[in-house]
Amino acid sequence: MAITVARPNLNWRERLYLPAIAAGMMITIKHLKNAIFGRTKVTMQYPEEKWDSNLPEHYRGAPALVRDTAGRVRCVACQLCEFICPPRAIKIIAGEIPSTDRFAKVEKHPEEFDIDMVRCIFCGMCEEVCPEQAIFLRKDYAITGFTREEMVHHKDKLLEIGGVMHGVVLKWNEKK
Amino acid sequence: MNFVFITTSLLKIIGMIFVVILPMVSYAVYAERRVSALIQDRVGPNRVGPAGLFQPIADAAKFLFKEDFTPAHVNKFYYWLAPGLAMVPAITTIAVVPFGSVLLGVPMVIADINVGILYVFAIASLGVYGIVLAGWASNSKYPFLGGVRSSSQMISYELSLGLSVIPIFLLVGNLRLTNVVRYQIENGWMIAPFVGDWANLGKWLLAIPMIISFSVFTIAVFAETNRLPFDLPEAEQELTGGYHTEYSSMKFALFFLGEYAAMITGSAIIVTLFLGGWHLPLPSWHRGFHWLVVDGTAPGWRGVAGGLFNIATFFAKVAALLFMFMWVRWTLPRFRYDQLMRLGWLFFFEIALVNIFIVAGILAYFHF
Repeated sequence: MAITVARPNLNWRERLYLPAIAAGMMITIKHLKNAIFGRTKVTMQYPEEKWDSNLPEHYRGAPALVRDTAGRVRCVACQLCEFICPPRAIKIIAGEIPSTDRFAKVEKHPEEFDIDMVRCIFCGMCEEVCPEQAIFLRKDYAITGFTREEMVHHKDKLLEIGGVMHGVVLKWNEKK
Repeated sequence: MNFVFITTSLLKIIGMIFVVILPMVSYAVYAERRVSALIQDRVGPNRVGPAGLFQPIADAAKFLFKEDFTPAHVNKFYYWLAPGLAMVPAITTIAVVPFGSVLLGVPMVIADINVGILYVFAIASLGVYGIVLAGWASNSKYPFLGGVRSSSQMISYELSLGLSVIPIFLLVGNLRLTNVVRYQIENGWMIAPFVGDWANLGKWLLAIPMIISFSVFTIAVFAETNRLPFDLPEAEQELTGGYHTEYSSMKFALFFLGEYAAMITGSAIIVTLFLGGWHLPLPSWHRGFHWLVVDGTAPGWRGVAGGLFNIATFFAKVAALLFMFMWVRWTLPRFRYDQLMRLGWLFFFEIALVNIFIVAGILAYFHF
C-alpha cells in the first residue's frame, strides 16, 4: 500500500527561501573561517606528520626479534611461531650454539629467521605463542619494497627493528 | 589607425589574455578546490609546490598528455567545434570591459565601443552554443539532455539579464561601459547611488531598485555561467557530466576552463555595471577631508602608480565576486528543473520588468 506523505505546511518565511539561503551561507562561511584559523580538525598530513607519536600502546605493527639486556638474541628456534603463524609467513632454520659460546647451555639459536611481510597479517599470534618472549610486534607500520624479495625481513633486519627489550624474564642467565 | 594605437591594442589583448585571464582561470580552479575543501573541513590540494600553488600547472600538463579520444558515433565537425565555442565567447567578452583607468596615457580597455553592453550580451549568449552543440554532436542521451536543458535555461535567464541592466542605462543614458564607470565615479556606485549626495532622498530611493537590479543580474549571471545552483546542463549526479560526458583530455578542459572564464567575465561585467568598475575612493585629509579619486592621469610615477592601483582594484573586486561564486556553489543544492523555470519566468522576469518602471518613476519625479 502506498503511503501518502503529507506535504509540510510552509509559512511565508520558509516559502520565501531567502532566510534559509542566508542561514546556509552563514554555516559554510563559519566552516571556512574555522578551517582557515586552524580550528578544524583535518586529516593528518601523512608524510610530514607521522602516526608514530599517535599510536596506541596496544598497536600491532611489524613483528621483530629482540635481544635481552645481556645482548643475547632471545629466540631459541623452537619454531612454535612458525607453526602457529596463520599465513605461514615465518621461516626458521635452527642451528646449534657452539659450546665455546657464553650461552652454550641454550643449545639452539636461529641460523635464519625470515618473516615474509607480504604474507604477515599482523595478528600477533607469534608474540602470544613465544615461550621465550623473543618476538614482539613493534609499531613499525610503513613496510614497503619494490620486490617481493625486499619485503622479506631477514634476521638482522628483524633484530634491528626489535632492538633491546627491557623488563622481560631472564631465564637463561649464566648464573642460573 | 596609427602605429601606437595598434601596438598598444595588441599589447593589451595579449596581456589581458595571457597574463591576466588565462592564469586567473587556472588559479580560479585552484581557488575553487581550496575554498570548497575549507568549507567542507578538508585541506584541499596542497602537495604540488608551496601550499599546492603549482597544482594548475600539473593539471594542465595532465590534460595535455591525456588521450584525446573522439567516439565513433559523434558528429565530428560540431564535436570539434563545440569546445572552442565554449571558451572563445567567454574570453572575447572581456574586450569591452574597462579594467583600469589610464596607464602611461593608454586607456585600459581593449575596445571602447559605443554599444558596450549590447556587445557583451551578443557575445556572451554565443557561449551557450558551445554547450548545445556539444550536447547534440555527442549523439548520446546524457549530453543531449544537458544541451537541451542549457538552451532552455539560457532563454529563461537571458531575459532577466537584459532587463535588469536597463535601469543603469536609464541613469547613464549611454551604453559605453567606460561612461558607466565615469558616471559611477561622479555619482556614486550603482548599488549605492546616495554616496556623496547624502541628503538627496531620491538617491536613497534609487538604491532600492538598484540593489534589486544587482541581485537579479548576479543571479542571472550564475545561471548564464552554469554555476550551482543552476548547473543543470552538467548535473553530475543526474546526467553524469551532462554536455561534456563524451569529451576527454584538452577538449574537456576547454569546457571546464570556459566555465571559469565565463565566471571571470561575468564578475567583470557585474563589477563594471554595479560596483564602480576600477574606482575605489581613497580618503584624503589634504586641505580638509575629501574623497580622492585615484586614476592614471597624474604626471610621472604617480600616474603609473595610480593606473596600476586602478587595475589592482578592479581585479580585487573581480576576485571577491569569484569568491562569492564559489561560496554559493558550495552552499546551495541544485534547483529542480521546474523550480528553475518558475524562478526564471515567474519571478526574475517580472521583478526586472517592474524594476525598470520603478527607476523610471524615480527619475521622472526627482530629476537628477
